Amino acid sequence: MNPYNNGEHVCSPLRFLLKGISAGDFSSQEVIDHYKSRIEKFNQKLGAFLFLNPSDSFEDGSLKGIPIGLKDNLVTKDMPTTCASKILKGYIPPYDAHVVSRLRSSGAWFPGKLNMDEFAMGSSNEYSAFSPVRNPWNLDCVPGGSSGGSAASVAAGLVPAALGSDTGGSIRQPASFCGVTGLKPTYGRVSRYGLIAFASSLDQIGTFTRTAEDAALLLSIISGHDQKDSTSANVDLPDFSAQLTGNIKGLKIGLPKEYFSTGLSDEVESAVKKAVTDLEKEGAVVEEVSLPHSKYAVAVYYLVATAEASSNLARFDGMRYGLRVEDGALIPTYEKTRGTGFGAEVKRRIMLGTYALSAGYYDAFYKKALQVRTLIQRDFISAFEKFDIIAAPTTPTTAFKLGENLSDPLTMYLQDIYTISANLAGLPAISIPCGFSKENLPIGLQMIGKPFAESEILKAADAYQRITDWHLRRPREFDE
Amino acid sequence: MSRNSYEPVIGLEVHVHLKTKTKIFCSCPNRFGDEPNTNVCPVCLALPGSLPVLNRHALELATLAALALSGNISSRMKFDRKNYFYPDLPKNYQISQFDMPLSIGGGVKLSNGRTIALTRIHMEEDAGKLLHTAENLDESEYTRVDLNRAGAPLIEIVSEPEIKTPDDAHEYLTNLKQILEYCGVSDCNMEEGSLRCDANISIRPIGETKLGVKVEVKNMNSFKAVRDALRHEIDRQIEAVNAGKKIVQETRLWDAGLGTTRSMRGKEESHDYRYFPDPDLVVFTLEKDFIESIRKKLPEMPKERSKRFELDYGLTQRDAGILTQHRDLADYFDEAVKLYSVGAKAIANWMLTELLRVIPEGESYSSKIKPKDFVELIKLIDEGTISGKIAKEIFSVMASTGKAPRDIVASQGLTQISDESSIEKICREVMTENPNPVEQFRAGKKNSIGFLVGAVMKKTSGKANPQLVNKIFGRLLNE
Ligand SMILES: [Zn+2]
Repeated sequence: MNPYNNGEHVCSPLRFLLKGISAGDFSSQEVIDHYKSRIEKFNQKLGAFLFLNPSDSFEDGSLKGIPIGLKDNLVTKDMPTTCASKILKGYIPPYDAHVVSRLRSSGAWFPGKLNMDEFAMGSSNEYSAFSPVRNPWNLDCVPGGSSGGSAASVAAGLVPAALGSDTGGSIRQPASFCGVTGLKPTYGRVSRYGLIAFASSLDQIGTFTRTAEDAALLLSIISGHDQKDSTSANVDLPDFSAQLTGNIKGLKIGLPKEYFSTGLSDEVESAVKKAVTDLEKEGAVVEEVSLPHSKYAVAVYYLVATAEASSNLARFDGMRYGLRVEDGALIPTYEKTRGTGFGAEVKRRIMLGTYALSAGYYDAFYKKALQVRTLIQRDFISAFEKFDIIAAPTTPTTAFKLGENLSDPLTMYLQDIYTISANLAGLPAISIPCGFSKENLPIGLQMIGKPFAESEILKAADAYQRITDWHLRRPREFDE
Repeated sequence: MSRNSYEPVIGLEVHVHLKTKTKIFCSCPNRFGDEPNTNVCPVCLALPGSLPVLNRHALELATLAALALSGNISSRMKFDRKNYFYPDLPKNYQISQFDMPLSIGGGVKLSNGRTIALTRIHMEEDAGKLLHTAENLDESEYTRVDLNRAGAPLIEIVSEPEIKTPDDAHEYLTNLKQILEYCGVSDCNMEEGSLRCDANISIRPIGETKLGVKVEVKNMNSFKAVRDALRHEIDRQIEAVNAGKKIVQETRLWDAGLGTTRSMRGKEESHDYRYFPDPDLVVFTLEKDFIESIRKKLPEMPKERSKRFELDYGLTQRDAGILTQHRDLADYFDEAVKLYSVGAKAIANWMLTELLRVIPEGESYSSKIKPKDFVELIKLIDEGTISGKIAKEIFSVMASTGKAPRDIVASQGLTQISDESSIEKICREVMTENPNPVEQFRAGKKNSIGFLVGAVMKKTSGKANPQLVNKIFGRLLNE
């Protein structure tokens, strides 16, 4: 059983495993054992898992026990959920997140909980309170973040697929760094119930897979309206897999000129442009487009996201669950608990957000940010009058070295420069591998779609994966 | 300056619990008095990952209240987060409404003809309950937290600062409570905490148009306490100003035991709540159809109802007023009158004396005696089947057993004796047994007839029809 090289050109591990189990080529237990042994062998090196599920049990369902990794900000009733933070160390929630119960009742087996930047705040996974995650392509490099554990575990073949969350690029950036397919659906497509909030108006749960085909399969299980999330959209659910026809003739692709400017590395630029040319050869129509307010996206994001986070994270106070560091009276206990429990980056963002919402600053910062957010949304609305999808690099560079950006939060924040806008506008976006750098590090192509048009970007991604093999490449380090 | 040269300016903030089955953002029971921390779930415990979803019934009741108070309902509904840390607030922010309240304007009429205008009405969630070992959190060795109340639906009704006296404040609250109770929006029970009131008060020289420095007064747990606290606070402020002191903007707590207010926190300690729109609750439009469907549910308000009782049934203003004080009581009257309209006055009298006497405060009026049975009793009196005295006895039996009056009459043989020949026979017996009063009557002492009537009633255990007894004695004694 090798889910990664079975002679098919588009080799989708989820599909391959489901077919194999159905045909009796191997059993569900053999699949579970296969991945368990890989996790056992390689996790030490990678640091992807924070917790390993001791139980092999899974429910009856279409997924037949296939392992799906879960980012550790998705609450699970039988496994600790920590957000990679000391403040939630050992915390076992009494309920499953909506996506977790969807997967559970569909027969998924959960191998464990995946490492991340603390509370999903970071772009390198170095802000995990427990351990960094390493990039499977180069162990000295970061896997990206905040869903670094999800991306690295899929890239290294420790799981066939995983869930992550994307607030400003936290799925797409690590997918790009690790050479896997990362899908952030439209805001509202997947219920956030049970996703520990970072920035509620931006957070969206999505998938890490090797292929667009597997992403479509997984998305169809986790998406749909949920009454427990007021922001979950009550819209039609298309058959995502059925849309993957390979036919992109006439697909109108816009290349935002603002995304191909200073700061973009030459290698990334040429790989992305080559990918777009490949799509053109398949019949897509490519033209330049302008998203004039893109330059404000990072500033807007770091006001909106931190403001919401400052309030969302207020509940971690040592009163009801998680870490409690008592120090006499109430206020000192709050201070000690939060001072000890939160890491430096989380504290930085709580302080930034508190400041942005403070009396006298609200209008200049938070309110202004909301206004500019609307302008960014309008940029996309007018671009989508002419184009079906927007293609761009996912990140300005390939994966950087561990420690390289740690001392400079601003450089770290610029990692998200191409991914943030899709969150601000609530749009679906995908990152797929489209090449490798001289150092053999993956490069990602990002495609952004209209609201609830996941099918369009999945179709384009699938068409690309039918004619290329970047997504099939695997880091040698993790061969058996 | 003399006391009379100042006028107080009072504004009230009233929090009212909505009478919903479940909490405002989760499906936990909205119920009090249960074991601590039993009506809780991931949402109202603020467990990581949980999300609020607005309870539609809470929105309906809040809208009903706003319409009953003549507020202008906002077409857009938005919720905001009010951020502050306190252990009774699990999320460490309260979901409330900041710049787009449910309703703007409206008012409450007073008997002096003035209407106290409302600034706004907004929806929010309640906090939990703290159980201190000492008087407050800081002095307690430890404090226990009960989150059963956390997430209970509230509306906050803010009046304009245009209440002029403590008595007006009292009447404002009484009328407000009556309106809200009438709509079925809330029980408005201050002792049980389903209605809470804070007051803002300042004084200024009469004729001055600028407002003085306002003081917020909290911790009043009855309407009377509000009136007392305001009276005290007005005196305190006037004394302070007359002594050349400045009023400072602060929050003061009413101490009902001492009859004084004391400072709790000053302005410099006031919070920056960092309000911002709650991203977990989407802004939505309140459709016209929705508002109109709620408007249809508005009941007849107490003032109109009282007027109708006066006009249609000839009740006095006072009686109609009492009958319409509680909707339950007014509904009882309406139901009874529907069954027996000619008996309206008797029904009113019996309700005001007997029914109010046997039904404890807060209990449903129809819990012991159904209007149908109540009316039957009145009919039995009017038909002459029973005397008023017997009726009172029957009424007591009805209240304790819930039996129908006809059944009680039949089983206890309480039917009034209205047969003239039987009564005449007894009257003659009484005359024979009591020759002296008979003599006295005939000698001109007409009131001695009372003794003879009493003797007949005694002999018949009160069942003889008293009118007949009087009539027959009149005839026999004058023979
Ligand atoms: Zn609850």
